[in-house]
Amino acid sequence: MTESSTVTPDPATSAGSGHPRSRMPSRAGRRRGAGRIGQVHPVVALLWLAPALALILGVVLYPAIKLFDASRGEYSITGLRKGDAGWGNYVKVLEHPDLGTVLRNTVIWVVAVVAITIVLSLALAQFLSKSFPGRRFVRWAVIIPWAASLVITSQLFVLLYDYNYGIINHVLQGLGLIDQPIDFLGNDSWTMFSMVVVGVFVSLPFTIFVFIAGLGAIPDDVMEAATVDGASPWQRYWNITLPLMRPALMIATVLNVIYVFNSFPIIYTLNDRNPGYAHDTTITFMYKLAFKSQEHDVGMSAAAGIFNVVLILVVVGIYLKIINWREETSR
Amino acid sequence: MSTTTAAAPVRPDGPEPQGNRHTTDPRRRKRTLMAIGGVLVAFAFVAPYVVMVLDSLRTSSDVKSTPPSFLPKVWQWDTYAQILGDERFLNWLKTSLIVAAGSTVIVILVAIPAAFMTARHRFPGRGAFLLLVLVTQMFAPTSLVVGLYRQFFELNMINTYGALILTNAAFNLAFAIWILHGFFSSIPLEVEEAAALDGASRFGILRRVMLPLTLPGLVTATIFTFIAAWNEYVVALTLMIDDDKKPLTVGMRAYITGYEQHWDQLFAASVIAVVPVVILFAVIEKHLVGGLTAGSVK
Repeated sequence: MTESSTVTPDPATSAGSGHPRSRMPSRAGRRRGAGRIGQVHPVVALLWLAPALALILGVVLYPAIKLFDASRGEYSITGLRKGDAGWGNYVKVLEHPDLGTVLRNTVIWVVAVVAITIVLSLALAQFLSKSFPGRRFVRWAVIIPWAASLVITSQLFVLLYDYNYGIINHVLQGLGLIDQPIDFLGNDSWTMFSMVVVGVFVSLPFTIFVFIAGLGAIPDDVMEAATVDGASPWQRYWNITLPLMRPALMIATVLNVIYVFNSFPIIYTLNDRNPGYAHDTTITFMYKLAFKSQEHDVGMSAAAGIFNVVLILVVVGIYLKIINWREETSR
Repeated sequence: MSTTTAAAPVRPDGPEPQGNRHTTDPRRRKRTLMAIGGVLVAFAFVAPYVVMVLDSLRTSSDVKSTPPSFLPKVWQWDTYAQILGDERFLNWLKTSLIVAAGSTVIVILVAIPAAFMTARHRFPGRGAFLLLVLVTQMFAPTSLVVGLYRQFFELNMINTYGALILTNAAFNLAFAIWILHGFFSSIPLEVEEAAALDGASRFGILRRVMLPLTLPGLVTATIFTFIAAWNEYVVALTLMIDDDKKPLTVGMRAYITGYEQHWDQLFAASVIAVVPVVILFAVIEKHLVGGLTAGSVK
């Protein structure tokens, strides 16, 4: 990435020729020696990128602008624009009495789900990389929560958690672990825990497979050398496996933070019957502001949406800065 | 390391050394223990969905009975026939298929040239484009849903397949470009240069040389996009107002309302929605690991 800005435009390649290398084999040779890849004229590049740019600008950035636009308007309860609100909607979001709770929930939700998912996935990926009879079936089983729609899984867990009819309470009581059923989704001290369990459950498959892929990419001879040198399994894991898993860990963390932060169906469905915002994250808070609260305030919801976008950009941006994304991707 | 992974994606579950027939006893015991562990892991992941299948075979009142029973009191198989004969359900299924297939086709057609260009060429703005893709990855349609609604409302596209297809395509593009970029990058330069020396155009190189080599990446990107679009919820919930235009994920909710609760139908519909995706995933399970290795784990 940094190369693109430092390499000076080459007159031979800037002529718009489709494949300069075929005409200049000697230069191609030099490039290969340097590990470089072909320079192309920006216009040619633009043509190849045009469809992607159109889609991104038209359906990601334009709605983002519309969202910003909406966040600066004042709306009636039916969604009609009444006039300009300036920054009023932002002030209303910042002054919302439940904002503190919602932010705290968001932090707990993202940190708990991502951290537990990563730790469990490291162990499970290690296990699923070993060979044992039936491993293929176990891997298929692990995929299922990934394949199932989040709404379906959430709806299913509403029933599994149910106070009266839920199989989880039934089993726990049957095992004698609890005397009374637990109101997993209604009792304030259990709701977040119950949601985190589902969040981890649906995040595991993807993360496990990223880690299996990462483990598979570790050359066998490195491990053998370490074993010959007398490293204990724990030393091998800590000093060799984990450092070599760095790219996989990075990908899994970034993508999980993004997915979990933006996750809507789990919280929305499991928390459906509870009034107010006591267990909402910023995403469901935003949705409820526009579509479910007494406020029915499109402008305020849009302002909350802008906060969400900025929040995730900043968090992931800081993370990528720390782990130096540029270094990892420039190749 | 990464060059080898793309040419021959790592397949940890390829043919395994079987060991000799006279395995020592502790080793066999260890394998047995691991197999038991495997059953437990599999059970943990499958159990909720087993309950779902069982619930689809109960009567709706049996789903909510106290105390709950593991097996249905009456096995009610005709819920499935009922669902598959229900015109509403078939409409939802149709929407899901059209939207998922349409989004996937667009994503693949758009992502291939972009990934090929950025992976194999240098030009001013390349870094900026890749950053833009990364930023898109962070945008979820959920946080933009108000903006999306207003945009498609202006375009008079509320309640159209087109709106959902474009949205799903746009928000899944980043991941597809990311994966394919990794695959293209890890193909040895010599392969491309040989084709260029033979006089192939850039498009010819892409079509005849590069694409066949990135097949696992293409499969991964295709399946990922299809599944993401198939399972999308919030945008469809907001944009699709007519009942017959809703996709499965949204339409299904009609089985449970304040007035009537058809839990059996809800879960039968869920099973029908989940099974094809699980099969798709199982089919590409080998590619999945290879695809993620070369694609995102470099």
